[in-house]
Amino acid sequence: MPPTRTVNSMTDRMTREPEPNDIVLEVKNLQTWFDTGRGGVLKAVDGIDLTLRRGRTLCVVGESGSGKSITARSILNIVPKPGRIVGGEILLHGAGPNGAPLNLAALDPKGRQIRAIRGHDIGMIFQEPMSSLSPVHTIGQQIVEAIRLHRPMSKADARARAIEMLAQVKIPRPGQSFDSYPFEFSGGMRQRAMTAMALVCEPKLLIADEPTTALDVTTQAEILDLMKGLQQLHGMALMFITHDMGVVAEIADDVAVMYHGKVVEHGPVNDIFFAPQHPYTKQLLNSVLALEQRSHLAGKSVKANQDDVILDVSNLTMSFGGRQPFFGRKLDGPVKALDGVSFALKRGETLGIVGESGSGKTTLGRCIMRILDPTSGQLIYKGRNAPAVDLAPLSRSAVKPFWRDMRMIFQDPFSSLNPRMTVFQIVAEPLRNHGIESGDELHERVAELLQRVGLPREAMSRYPHAFSGGQRQRIGIARAIALKPQLIVADEATSALDVSLRAQVLDLLLDIGQELDMSYVFISHDIGVIRYMCDRVAVMHRGRIVELGETQSVCDNPQHAYTQSLISAIPKPDPRLRGRTSRIRYISESVS
Amino acid sequence: MTTDASPPADLLPDVPPAPALARKAHASQWQLMWWQYRRHKLAMVSSLVLAFIILVAIFCEFLAPFSPNAFTPRYTYAPPQALHFFDRDADGSLVWRPHVNGYKVTIEPTALRRTFVVDESQKYPIGLFVKSDPYVMWGLFTLETKLFGPLKKGDPMYLLGADRLGRDMLSRIIYGTRISMSIGLIGVAMSLVLGIILGGISGYYGGWIDNIIQRVIEFILSLPTTPLWLGLAAAMPNNWPPLRIYLAITIILSLIGWTNLARVIRGRFLSLRTEDFVTAARLDGASEPRIIFRQMAPSFVSHIIAEVSLAIPAMILAETALSFLGLGLQPPIVSWGVLLQEAQNIRSITTAPWLFFPGIAVVIAVLSLNFVGDGLRDAADPYRQ
Repeated sequence: MPPTRTVNSMTDRMTREPEPNDIVLEVKNLQTWFDTGRGGVLKAVDGIDLTLRRGRTLCVVGESGSGKSITARSILNIVPKPGRIVGGEILLHGAGPNGAPLNLAALDPKGRQIRAIRGHDIGMIFQEPMSSLSPVHTIGQQIVEAIRLHRPMSKADARARAIEMLAQVKIPRPGQSFDSYPFEFSGGMRQRAMTAMALVCEPKLLIADEPTTALDVTTQAEILDLMKGLQQLHGMALMFITHDMGVVAEIADDVAVMYHGKVVEHGPVNDIFFAPQHPYTKQLLNSVLALEQRSHLAGKSVKANQDDVILDVSNLTMSFGGRQPFFGRKLDGPVKALDGVSFALKRGETLGIVGESGSGKTTLGRCIMRILDPTSGQLIYKGRNAPAVDLAPLSRSAVKPFWRDMRMIFQDPFSSLNPRMTVFQIVAEPLRNHGIESGDELHERVAELLQRVGLPREAMSRYPHAFSGGQRQRIGIARAIALKPQLIVADEATSALDVSLRAQVLDLLLDIGQELDMSYVFISHDIGVIRYMCDRVAVMHRGRIVELGETQSVCDNPQHAYTQSLISAIPKPDPRLRGRTSRIRYISESVS
Repeated sequence: MTTDASPPADLLPDVPPAPALARKAHASQWQLMWWQYRRHKLAMVSSLVLAFIILVAIFCEFLAPFSPNAFTPRYTYAPPQALHFFDRDADGSLVWRPHVNGYKVTIEPTALRRTFVVDESQKYPIGLFVKSDPYVMWGLFTLETKLFGPLKKGDPMYLLGADRLGRDMLSRIIYGTRISMSIGLIGVAMSLVLGIILGGISGYYGGWIDNIIQRVIEFILSLPTTPLWLGLAAAMPNNWPPLRIYLAITIILSLIGWTNLARVIRGRFLSLRTEDFVTAARLDGASEPRIIFRQMAPSFVSHIIAEVSLAIPAMILAETALSFLGLGLQPPIVSWGVLLQEAQNIRSITTAPWLFFPGIAVVIAVLSLNFVGDGLRDAADPYRQ
């Protein structure tokens, strides 16, 4: 361990030495199990201990299925059926008679006592701000209800308090926003409103369950800032659940790493990042840090054959919503999802398309594949030893032959594989449709493909539900490369995967790409994935490419103001950088 | 979602592998659905009841002790007899001898009402596989054996009582099962054909054709059903043979019944059409029929089975309602609705409440079909948790 790190972590602990009577909530040996029927149990939370202190942020970090959300729900005693708390204590300090700790795990989940604590002593923010706000009540009504449930207060006072709270979470024009409905708010604004509602009774503990996961990275940065500010203001304890080590580095004082229902390691943030003890923590950090640089498998620079362009997109435009309704006249004009997009993809190159939700990157990928029909523009595809063809004006049936050379990898490994077909049938489908092979030969070829993507031969006879997300994505890759394509469009191919799998899948793609001399159009919202994998990157914003250049230069020295704001908003998995990086806000587009 | 993030086993030896997955790995869809279905206790019980009802419908000639139209004026409105299994022998010991007691009939002189009193001394032995009058099984061959009945031909046995003409209610309900159940099945089968074709076209192609089909469905659904049935049924010529009336009634019922099925099927098509795996199949170069039949059909067949099992009760009830009003099937065809026609007047409630037994049969059949459909719907998507 380098001496500087020790000093750093020492100073950190010196400045924020916790006092013993600071404890807000203690979780002792908590066990939450799910009955899976037939006497089986899934130990979602299996004997964990946590301590939450006033003014400090505890980040619970873990991958999907590690039990972090169930831990949060257990604290509020809102475990979904068939789960139940089978053992352990959740001690809320100062809530019992004469200020003694109160064991929340022992309370009736539907009783008056626990309901008085929810929202009053412990507030909670959920991942999906849309589904956790009532769509038929105004934001204001919902906050007022939260106040009046716990405090005897007149409606007028409650309204004033709610507006004050909305101002605190930096919602512009709080007086008017009070009467807005959730659908009038953007995702970030809804999460702010949710935060206001959770904090309005000044809880001693705020639990935030992946509050920024559904948000764009620039919005996430704003919400994280807001939470830090509010915690300083109110001095409550914050339990922040996340899977993103970058967010942990940004916000945590203490970290608990969860794995398979257990806390495998916990400690101050610097100790976790710089002196991890448990092998799982080390592995998790390694996979996070791996995505902070370029893959060793990716070529050093742009490929040599500069002139050999495989795909030339020029002035591609795609508008939605031109359809005439059955009755009445059209009200809105068409929405331009793509607005004059142009780029050239060279043979063997990996081009990243990065952008936030609604930037048109998925539409671009689908237009290139001609799943969607572009409104105007050119898509000139030049296969190996074949003449260049403009795909854009071709009819559906005329595009079909090109789907042999151009393949797609989908985002969701669950919905992109037919659940009612075996892996063999899924991977063999393109081979069969193009009449390439049949019988034993086909079997052999599928086995070969599965082996190529790192799956055993036995996988053939199984159904997709037998595989985890990462394995399913490998099946999707096997299907994509079955026809030895020349171009692959990968739409968020790793977004649904846990971080420890991402690098593996990306390495596999790079490896296969070199073997088959393929070009990739790699669509992602995650700049880390783009930097790891891509030679060049195009930054999309509102249907336009605002910046296009070599990955390294775009990431390190962004030119366009939007790119700058995007890059600066990405949380770095290094707590030492906290507060030292300055964020650039892209003002002109922040409409909400 | 489980992760394959698991580091090598030596890193974390204390974490057991997920045990439930091992069995599920090779299970096909239908197996998963079966496991899911088995967890629905009510549906499991109901499927047994349903299986029993279907067996009754299939073997009704053999199961019914008498012909549905055999009448004995002597036993008009005879109440149900109790079935006794044991009898006292001459020396007073109990012996296994199933029998029913006879009736003593008296006529009240004032009201001229016939009253039946059980006559303990009169015993009619009954047994399994008894000789009976010859009857035609499935319209194919002649048999002279019934599953059960009085040992001596002509002895009275009215386990569920007798009706206005002294006909055995049990036999009539058993015969009615065949007509009522089959009208449900055939009616739904016909609506299914219409529903799949029109709903499938509507959902898969969309656009103006979807618009037209949906508006037609809405129009049909906006018509009040009972008057429409009545009108159509009344339009049938009086002199039609019973079989043709039966067919016409099923067609009338399915002309309205297809609309809901078409909507369900359209919905499935719409949601499946945008699934990634269907897009993926298109990119794999699959033809339209292959996409529909290989990729999409397996995903909605299970849903359709569930919907169908929920549509059958509606058919049965519709037939019952029509026949009850006297505009559906006509005697001598025996259906539950036709039988209930007998129970229309207040007199039957007071003198012969057993005329309502067909109504109980309807309730049991409809409930068990509903529960089975409910269980099937839960099982149709084994991935939804």
